Amino acid sequence: MSDQPKPDKQTGAAILTQSLVDQGVEFVFGYPGGAVLPIYDELFGHERLRHILVRHEAGAAHAAEGYARATGKPGVVLVTSGPGATNAVTGIADAFMDSIPMVVITGQVPTALIGTDAFQEADTVGITRHCTKHNYLVKDPADLAATIEEAFRIATTGRPGPVVVDIPKDVQIAVPSMSRASKLTASHRYAPQMAASPEHIIEAIEMLEKAERPVFYTGGGVINSGPEASRLLREFQDITGAPVTSTLMGLGCFPNTHPDWLGMLGMHGTFEANMAMNRCDVMVCIGARFDDRVTGRLDAFSPDSKKIHIDIDRSSINKNVRVDLGIVGDCATVLGQMIEAWGDRRAQDLGEWKARIAGWRARECLAYPDKSKKNPKAIMPQKAVERLYALTHERSPIITTEVGQHQMWAAQYFGFDQPNKWLTSGGLGTMGYGMPAAIGAQLGFPDALVIDIAGEASIQMNIQELGTASQYRLPIKVFILNNEYMGMVRQWQELTYESRYSNSYSDSLPDFVALGEAYGWKGIRIQGDDELDAGITAMIEHDGPVIVDCCVAQDANCLPMIPSGAAHTEMLLYGDTHEGTMDDEAKALV
Amino acid sequence: MKIKSAASERHVLNVTVDNEPGILAKITGLFTARGYNIDSLTVADISDDHAISRITVVTNGPPEVIDQIEAQLERLVPVHGVSDLTTAGPHVERELALIKVAGTGDKRVEALRVADIFRASVVDTTTESFVFELTGAPDKIDSFIALMRNLGLVEVGRSGVVGMIRGATGA
Repeated sequence: MSDQPKPDKQTGAAILTQSLVDQGVEFVFGYPGGAVLPIYDELFGHERLRHILVRHEAGAAHAAEGYARATGKPGVVLVTSGPGATNAVTGIADAFMDSIPMVVITGQVPTALIGTDAFQEADTVGITRHCTKHNYLVKDPADLAATIEEAFRIATTGRPGPVVVDIPKDVQIAVPSMSRASKLTASHRYAPQMAASPEHIIEAIEMLEKAERPVFYTGGGVINSGPEASRLLREFQDITGAPVTSTLMGLGCFPNTHPDWLGMLGMHGTFEANMAMNRCDVMVCIGARFDDRVTGRLDAFSPDSKKIHIDIDRSSINKNVRVDLGIVGDCATVLGQMIEAWGDRRAQDLGEWKARIAGWRARECLAYPDKSKKNPKAIMPQKAVERLYALTHERSPIITTEVGQHQMWAAQYFGFDQPNKWLTSGGLGTMGYGMPAAIGAQLGFPDALVIDIAGEASIQMNIQELGTASQYRLPIKVFILNNEYMGMVRQWQELTYESRYSNSYSDSLPDFVALGEAYGWKGIRIQGDDELDAGITAMIEHDGPVIVDCCVAQDANCLPMIPSGAAHTEMLLYGDTHEGTMDDEAKALV
Repeated sequence: MKIKSAASERHVLNVTVDNEPGILAKITGLFTARGYNIDSLTVADISDDHAISRITVVTNGPPEVIDQIEAQLERLVPVHGVSDLTTAGPHVERELALIKVAGTGDKRVEALRVADIFRASVVDTTTESFVFELTGAPDKIDSFIALMRNLGLVEVGRSGVVGMIRGATGA
């Protein structure tokens, strides 16, 4: 709380903006409307809070997510009642699945009109109940300051997540009565467990010390725990020697250049990561949640290993996979405890295990065909990402993505050696996430190179945010791998529906270069291998937003792949035939 | 393709929560959203200042699902604690039922006689009906209702289960 004396008789709206300032908020991503006009009036010319006007409330939520993911600070969203709130729901659900700290302020119709089907009324608290960590309807301005304080605390501590605060318009205008002290002032509820019990730490260390084939399976929890967790992970790996894999959300928590880095695991993970998971004897899961994209067929998941699971959320432990030792706690704190408990112990000789891993690595599972069958002159999308990485990684860029094949290629071929540089929609898989997320990240880091690796279908889901980047002079880069298909849908149709490409062709595409130029962006089209490096260089060197339409092979598939209902050991690799159909059991899996 | 189902066990959970708007919807919604079962649910505030409520949920599912239910409930911000009476050991479960039976002659006499055996009390009567109040474990109430079926059962109202650990200590 700030020490400055507050003027008497603040309205609800003034209390809200003051509370946001007290929380250290810099940016509010939002869109005005009838039920939030009093708050917007407070924001008019505000010295401390900078409002970023998006073009659609979905963009506001994703921009706040991007800001939060890149900076580690909570993202703040402000939208009006009814459609303003419902448009933000996808971003809220996305933040819930990916554990992104976010506080969403929604306007609501005046208290007297609640429940009357008033204009722009929606039951925001009801609609967001199961896609928020917590939500509130504030009916008295006297509760507002304490509610906002608690909302930020809940959003940012424990397993982070979105919190919605719904504020009726009359509460924004009213002045709290002095006689009524807030019931919520001294809220001490919600105290997540940070440190693990010493017995659990010792038990884990003893399992790991005896391990002949250990593996660290890391996830977004390491990133969420803060940069210190990534540093401690590297230190712990250094003293134990265990090879490290990571989920989509965890990329960057361990350097991709390290010899013990196995690459991403799971459905589109590397052969060596999935084989190591399958054959390990001790698995240490650190801040990951045994998601179905990661485990493949559950009854064949890592059958011979002892499993240790470190997670701040008790409900993630034993949810999908039974583990031998569940440790509830914050990743950084627990890693610190483990390093201390390890002391000067010596790990087993892992030479044989690492030799086996080297054998799996030798399969070169990411070696894609150098030409498209359909059009031998087309750029292979994998190569486009490889070149993008080669030409930008020295600037340690922040990469955002949309959802689909391009996202997986970005995860496979773009390397990350630091946390908070990789922003992608993992759990919910929200197309249209990337460009607004890039806007949020760029605001957090004005001098960083921020690139949205996109697909031509996904980018159209929030294409209106081109205008937001123009308005705030944000030099974000949108790099579209344009294969004229919803590529992942097309790939699954090839795999499971005998190549009946039902509605997966991207017809009537806009001219992305002209579209970018219409918004004041620079537009670049890349059509052949010989234009690739020059196009990427021109993109980086332009001081302003750039949209790149990189035309790539239409028939490229994203491999390796664990097909639906298959085990880690049954990966499809480049060169395998994979066209045809599947039985109903497999078709029913997503 | 076949939809699989697993063997389930019955558990009684006591959940103490902040008595705030929407908490019941949050809890019942969690059960529906994640596909858990609710056999019965009771709720009432239990503190002097009406700030805390106790919710008793009777649920069923495989042991790992029960464990998940407890973890998911504990994750909710307004939930103070969850205790599983079924795993905690000896406990009492009680339920209150109101049972309306209509009839005359032998059936009416028999209904009253059975009610006496079950120690149900008559809380309303007309010349051709009774309303019985019965408290007990759920299976006792089940058997009473079963017997009343042939004796002119009209209507049943049940409170759902509340439960408590035996002995001196609280949950």
